[in-house]
Amino acid sequence: MSITELEFQAVTVETAPEEAIQGQSQWQLTWRRLRHDRMAVASIVVIGLIAALAIAAPAFASLVGHPPSQAYPNIGVNVNGTPVSPGTHGFWLGTDELGRDLFVRILYGARISLFVGLSTTLIGTVLGVSVGLISGYYGGIVDAALARIIDAVLAFPYIVLALSLAVVFGPSLWIVIGVIAFFSWAAISRVVRGQALSIREKEYIEAARSLGAGPWRIMFIDVLPNLMAPILVLATLSIPTAIVFEATLSYLGLGIQAPTASWGNILGGAQSYYTVAWWYLVFPALALVITTIAFNLVGDGVRDAMDPRTERVFAAGRKRRKTGSQGDQADGEAALPPLTVADEGGPLSWQ
Amino acid sequence: MNAAGGGRHRRSSNPQLDLGASGITRAAPGREPAAAVPDGADDDVLVRVENLVKYFPVRGGGLIRRTVGHVQAVDDVSLTIGQGRTLGLVGETGCGKSTLARCIAGLIPITSGTVSFEGHDITNLPRRQMQPFRREIQMIFQDPYGSLNPRRRVGAIIGDAFAIHKMATGETRKRAVQDLMERVGLNPEHYNRFPAEFSGGQRQRIGVARALALRPKLIICDEPVSALDVSIQAQVLNLLSDLQDEFGLSYLFIAHDLEVVRHVSDSVIVMYLGKIAEAGPKNAVYDAPRHPYTAALLSAAPAADPESAVARRRIILTGDVPSPIDPPSGCRFHPRCPKAEPLCAEQEPPLEVKLGDPYSHMTACHFPVQAGEDLAAARGQDTRGAR
Repeated sequence: MSITELEFQAVTVETAPEEAIQGQSQWQLTWRRLRHDRMAVASIVVIGLIAALAIAAPAFASLVGHPPSQAYPNIGVNVNGTPVSPGTHGFWLGTDELGRDLFVRILYGARISLFVGLSTTLIGTVLGVSVGLISGYYGGIVDAALARIIDAVLAFPYIVLALSLAVVFGPSLWIVIGVIAFFSWAAISRVVRGQALSIREKEYIEAARSLGAGPWRIMFIDVLPNLMAPILVLATLSIPTAIVFEATLSYLGLGIQAPTASWGNILGGAQSYYTVAWWYLVFPALALVITTIAFNLVGDGVRDAMDPRTERVFAAGRKRRKTGSQGDQADGEAALPPLTVADEGGPLSWQ
Repeated sequence: MNAAGGGRHRRSSNPQLDLGASGITRAAPGREPAAAVPDGADDDVLVRVENLVKYFPVRGGGLIRRTVGHVQAVDDVSLTIGQGRTLGLVGETGCGKSTLARCIAGLIPITSGTVSFEGHDITNLPRRQMQPFRREIQMIFQDPYGSLNPRRRVGAIIGDAFAIHKMATGETRKRAVQDLMERVGLNPEHYNRFPAEFSGGQRQRIGVARALALRPKLIICDEPVSALDVSIQAQVLNLLSDLQDEFGLSYLFIAHDLEVVRHVSDSVIVMYLGKIAEAGPKNAVYDAPRHPYTAALLSAAPAADPESAVARRRIILTGDVPSPIDPPSGCRFHPRCPKAEPLCAEQEPPLEVKLGDPYSHMTACHFPVQAGEDLAAARGQDTRGAR
């Protein structure tokens, strides 16, 4: 076997000096690419800041001396009953109609938004991935049944369901989380199912079966790692969707109830006062918009980093975006197909 | 070459095996399974396949998906694989070789017939009961790219067998995997690499190491070298034969490359459209093919020796391989056969030893090729003349 030895030595010599190259995992590569995406990095910093502010909300409340639900009818409201403007009486961003500190309430609202966004994404992703894997791997009747359920969930009018649940059980944080999670798993399921259907035909799945691997082992050890890219992208993109959904429900009065602050219910309160108190509308809306955009940009960055094939398309899209605003829709679609996310519409349609 | 040498040695120690243990049993439709294997050789039979049939249902479109037909991928095939021996399986693409392999490996359910391993019936066993036999029967796959999970490290891929069968853990497993890697000619230091970092030949070695991990008795090689360069092919074939000598492995070796099969096999089966056309000891089949299909296949293979290439005339077959959904009546080869007679379309020829065959191997043909017959010329002539 002298040829073998030759080949053997050649390989050793070739790679020995560069041990650093060895065994670069998908995650290392992704992180390296993500680091070079300036928009994504900036967005991660913004999200980090928002998260820090949310976590430190009680500290800020004690710093300015205004608990989130404490109304200050004497100093926080003008004589004619309108909110006071930013900067007066130590209210950094002004007050609402009851004289509560808007800044503190927005910080507390961030806690709700982030909590709802992350928890529903976690629940939705775990559920969606499980159902999708089972459906795609088993195929046949199991798949037919699960696929119909997925279709049904995607076809469900979510506002109607949220409305009726809120009416029946009374609006609460848990109803909000339940409803959002219920509507976020199906879209992920569909993508995972489609990918699992194609991966289960691969020869390495057959190899695993010939070694005696059971269905669960194959699903979670052999199939799942190949789906991490689309799952991570979908999960990242479903966070802002959930945040907007929560804000929508709270705005309609079906989500987080006063006196607990949420961006949605602050905006709901602002609609009667924005003519006399612009800050009441603008600041919570800004918080919502900045957070949503930051998460979406991170999602885009993760997608670029996970799937190098999309990189060039996206770079072209960015250029187009600079020159004219028309490019957005098109470049989103152009970048999606390699991950087969484009045809799954689902969560994005909430916005 | 090592395998051939070792094989010949074993064969001479037990001449019975030539037709028996690695020979072929065949039951003609409606008859009792032919007891082609002498009882004395039974101990040496590792795998016995009897009347194996695999049909894939073909469903129509529309809302109610009725079964509109069957792909007759493997139809009534019987064979035995002897301990420590190599059975070659040749045939065109789509003739059912790989399906047969997957049926024997228990990867797809069998429509009818039986597969037994060391006397245990393993036909369509549920997964848990199949588990002990999985250790004994392993596969090497055709595609060195598709058969390794791109997201897993080589150490994990090879160590999978230990993980599934809860054998070695932690440091022991790592050492076992590295031993395997060394054994198949890979650098054990590359334990933590991904499949993408290896060449095609190295990847196939990874596949060999994975198959070898559980110390199986039978390895089914499904075209293990057809995706590799010729020089790499030789390396992998040599590795396989070294391993056979070292561990006493049996191989079911599938290929469409006749020379590769000739190189590694003790016995050979030629398949056409899901049926065995011809079967027997390697030299018998290669030196004196009796089935016109085998003769045509052999005449089409490029010869390494230019003198024999001049002597040999290529038999040109007309037409394409018919659809296995609706195979021809009688002998499945008759529409393309240069020697076909009306009888061939009516009656299916049994797989049997033909009179006057110097090597007494089995052929499923009503009008087997005679020694010295020129099939290449037969096409142009009157069929009576060809007989």
